[in-house]
Amino acid sequence: MIGHEGDRNARDAAERTARQSYGKLVAFLAHRLRDVSAAEDALAEAFSAALADWPLRGVPEKPEAWLLTVARRKGIDAERRRRNSNAAAGDLQLLTEELAESTADANEAVIPDHRLALIFACAHPAIEARIRAPLMLQTVLGFDAATIASAFLVAPAAMAQRLVRAKTKIRDAGIPFRVPERTEMRDRLEPVLEAIYAAFSEGWSDPAGTETRRRNLADEAIWLGRLVASLLPKEAEALGLLALMLFAEARRGARRSAAGDYVPLDEQNPELWDARLIDEAETLLLRAGPMGVVGRYQLEAAVQSAHVARRLTGATDWAAIARLYGALMELTGSPVVAINQAIAAAEAEGPAAGLALLDTAAADARLKEYQPYWAARAELLARIGDNAGAREAYELAIGLESDPAVRRFLQQRRGALRH
Amino acid sequence: MKYMLLIYSDEKQWQGLSQSETGQRMAAYRAYTEALTKAGALVAGDRLQRADAATTVRVNNSKTNVLNGPYAETREQLGGYYLIEAADLDAALSWAARCPGASHGAVEVRPIWTM
Repeated sequence: MIGHEGDRNARDAAERTARQSYGKLVAFLAHRLRDVSAAEDALAEAFSAALADWPLRGVPEKPEAWLLTVARRKGIDAERRRRNSNAAAGDLQLLTEELAESTADANEAVIPDHRLALIFACAHPAIEARIRAPLMLQTVLGFDAATIASAFLVAPAAMAQRLVRAKTKIRDAGIPFRVPERTEMRDRLEPVLEAIYAAFSEGWSDPAGTETRRRNLADEAIWLGRLVASLLPKEAEALGLLALMLFAEARRGARRSAAGDYVPLDEQNPELWDARLIDEAETLLLRAGPMGVVGRYQLEAAVQSAHVARRLTGATDWAAIARLYGALMELTGSPVVAINQAIAAAEAEGPAAGLALLDTAAADARLKEYQPYWAARAELLARIGDNAGAREAYELAIGLESDPAVRRFLQQRRGALRH
Repeated sequence: MKYMLLIYSDEKQWQGLSQSETGQRMAAYRAYTEALTKAGALVAGDRLQRADAATTVRVNNSKTNVLNGPYAETREQLGGYYLIEAADLDAALSWAARCPGASHGAVEVRPIWTM
């Protein structure tokens, strides 16, 4: 497919620039045009122009500025067409002048970074929650709808339609491209972090690592997390989320044995954990601590930190983990957290303490269909010698699990029970 | 941009208010209208008569059907509106949140179609 050397260099340069600057360029144009779709369209045309032009004339000295100039011209053309079709001249002249003015900026090679503003627009409360993460992946990272759809296990046509609808909403409802003020930051940052974490969880939920696209999703979520943390270095929860994702990512390779069997966290070999990612995560948590805002991501990251401390101390501090889950429980009231708290309490104080917490949590009916609840219950019942009860709980856990490796693990545990 | 703030609330709940409570609510609306005016954001605004004063018209095959009552029977009814000028959705949402209707009912924020 690739012709001669120059062609390939041009292609490589275009692709490198795409990777590094796509989001920045979309953000810049969307900010100007107040329209994400128009910005994407203009940029797509600029990239195809680059592929035609660069192999002939060589890669320009400032590829970003070149792309922006072309994209801006295309953007103005499109805007003109759109406005004409709407039979309104509007402030087109003003827009053209403003864009020409910013061309000067671009040529000085400092393209203002509006990516954070774009991210806040994507995760605006007026945007449907489930489309926020896909929207960020598309606008900031340039993924096409089909790739995003396959990562989120959604039909491509449905995903494409949702993305278009969300971008139309941004334009028509006048959702602003701006970083929220200090006073509203906490409320507005939450959906941003939530969307990034949702993308990460999607990618994380493929433990076997067989589906490359889903694995990439975890990487891309970390990339977004890094971006937000670097642009908002004083937001403790942004740092906390990045730390949490890095702690999890560090253990990716240790979650399965060589034979593909599930390995629970406390049985994982610490030598398989990525020490570099753990160190980075620890540093982030230490930086977030003194900011005085404790939130769920920092607490969850702190739990992870306590778990991985085993690589240094050789033992897990379950009492500390139970306390952290207790704090998380107060903050979120989540039944999922309650289960983890029960498991930690069982390790720290004995199975009876854990079972008591599980009984309290069971008031939430949703847990009846939640595999980890039954697995935890089975484990603790086995420890107090109630093998019949444990067998029954394992049976339910196995029936509710979709991952074959985890199912095998649960079956082995049930098989190991004495009759 | 122009936005319409559509105020929906339970008319029965209005009827159940004491005289002083009604007075308080009306005063809150007056203050809100005043704030919008001072900020230069108010384009128009009105309170509507009760939904049972509504008549709905639909023309099918040149035949005009007139129905007694509002277009949709809902627990909360459209009771008034403000047409405002705001820089963007966030500014409009912040005005909507200050509207008394957001506390005793709900306010729908709709951008105006620009021609």
